[in-house]
Amino acid sequence: MASVDKQQSVQITVSDGALIPDRAEKSLFSAWRISFFGAITLLVLFPVISPTPYLDILRFVPDGILTTFQVTVVSIVFALIIGLFTGLGRVSRITIINRIATVYVEVIRGIPLLVQLFYIYFALGQFVIVPRMGAAVIAMSICYGAYMGEIFRAGILAIPKGQMEAALALGLSRSQAMRKVILPQTLRMVLPPIGNEFIALLKDSSLVSILAVSDLLRRGREYAATTFRYFETYTIVALIYLVMTLFFSKLVSIMEERLERNGR
Amino acid sequence: MDANRTDSNAPTPGNTLPRVRITNATKLFGRHAEIQALRDVSLDVAAGEVVLIIGPSGSGKSTLLRSVNRLETLTSGSIWVDEDEVTDQRGDIRRIREEVGMVFQSFNLFPHLSAIQNIMLGPTTVKKQHRDEVFPRARALLARVGLADKENAYPGQLSGGQQQRVAIARALAMNPKVMLFDEPTSALDPEMIKEVLDVMLDLARDGMTMLVVSHEMGFARAAADRVVFMDEGQIIEHGPPTQVFDTPREERTRKFLKHIL
Ligand SMILES: Nc1ncnc2c1ncn2[C@@H]1O[C@H](COP(=O)(O)OP(=O)(O)O)[C@@H](O)[C@H]1O
Ligand SMILES: [Mg+2]
Repeated sequence: MASVDKQQSVQITVSDGALIPDRAEKSLFSAWRISFFGAITLLVLFPVISPTPYLDILRFVPDGILTTFQVTVVSIVFALIIGLFTGLGRVSRITIINRIATVYVEVIRGIPLLVQLFYIYFALGQFVIVPRMGAAVIAMSICYGAYMGEIFRAGILAIPKGQMEAALALGLSRSQAMRKVILPQTLRMVLPPIGNEFIALLKDSSLVSILAVSDLLRRGREYAATTFRYFETYTIVALIYLVMTLFFSKLVSIMEERLERNGR
Repeated sequence: MDANRTDSNAPTPGNTLPRVRITNATKLFGRHAEIQALRDVSLDVAAGEVVLIIGPSGSGKSTLLRSVNRLETLTSGSIWVDEDEVTDQRGDIRRIREEVGMVFQSFNLFPHLSAIQNIMLGPTTVKKQHRDEVFPRARALLARVGLADKENAYPGQLSGGQQQRVAIARALAMNPKVMLFDEPTSALDPEMIKEVLDVMLDLARDGMTMLVVSHEMGFARAAADRVVFMDEGQIIEHGPPTQVFDTPREERTRKFLKHIL
């Protein structure tokens, strides 16, 4: 029983500090509630008090929200696929595969995302034509794939080694054991950190506005550039980002709680 | 020790091969091979024989057991299960592992699978048998270990004793010729030890070839054909339980027995 208990208490701490609410914090005026409902109240209040420019802004930017989501969701899907293989590569016993995965992680983590974006769009753009949206998604996926790889790696290593041994002892091959025994357990463990990455990616997706992809931030810029209402526009943009990230961090913490409750 | 080795190597009656033959097994651990976990161990186990391995912690009992299905690779020496050489690096170890069941101290049930799924995983994945064919057998095995009502329970919902019985059923599902038990009751609360030992006793009476690392004296006297005492990576002495327990030949055995009794 000891081994099973140990498995439950393993926590993966790979995170770059998304706002995950403290679950102990149940009070009515938790930091999360103040921020979330505060932001929503302001988003409602501003347009009511002064419809110009706030209502106009709120009419202008939602297209961008959609694009932000598109970039985020498509990137996270590719990042998950890249991350899974990178994680498997990082724990591989085959030296060359292990080395490739490790170098990939090291290189990508050492280059700022913004530089990667420029690199794929402008630098590689000299040789091949990359559409803006494509460049954005490729850069984000490659970048986050490296971080996801580390999460998968941590998740795989967190499974007690007796699990692999029991599977091998039954006659399973290493890859069968990975698929049937290790990865299913890894998955429930990495779900919360993956949620965190999703939130981080949602925020980082604002970088793609540099490539003139019309995401939320870009739409704000377009509005502000024509009306010179910088303060009002960026206030709304910031509030919308805040509501989105707080909403998703709540989802992640609920999911975490659920997983822990029926964790066996 | 040399005397012991030769007599454990003595040919078994007739010309039948031993079920498990371990010859001159040596296993070194550590960066500089400074840990001698096994030192020139030889042991034959006949089909249907139940061999109990005792000895102080760190004496190499687990390493010996784990070498039999190559969870550990020997530094030198060889191990055979019937006519298949486990230690042959080119051999198909997975086929041998199918025939060698293993039960661990910490159960190592798959926590994301129910009891019945734990038992079915081997036959469906390794032997590619159809679920419909495996399912009734898995159920029968659960009934055999006294857990017919726990089919859909997950390991986390079972007591330690129940988990270990499922683990035994999981190993039996592969129809092994040999079962290895590495301290199967050491992680259990005292009141659960008996239920697991009863299952093992039942298996032993059924003619299963068993290598058991355990210090359960009652089980040893009831089920073991032979007791092997190990210390510092070597077999110090072996013989029938009554002889080893009641009239040990070696001083080290005597000391150890005094210590655990
Ligand atoms: N994977 C390993 N790496 C290094 N040393 C090991 C390893 N496994 C076992 N040993 C060492 O080998 C010796 C025998 O261990 P083991 O077979 O587990 O003994 P026992 O099961 O009798 O307690 C001990 O000294 C132990 O520390
Ligand atoms: Mg041991």
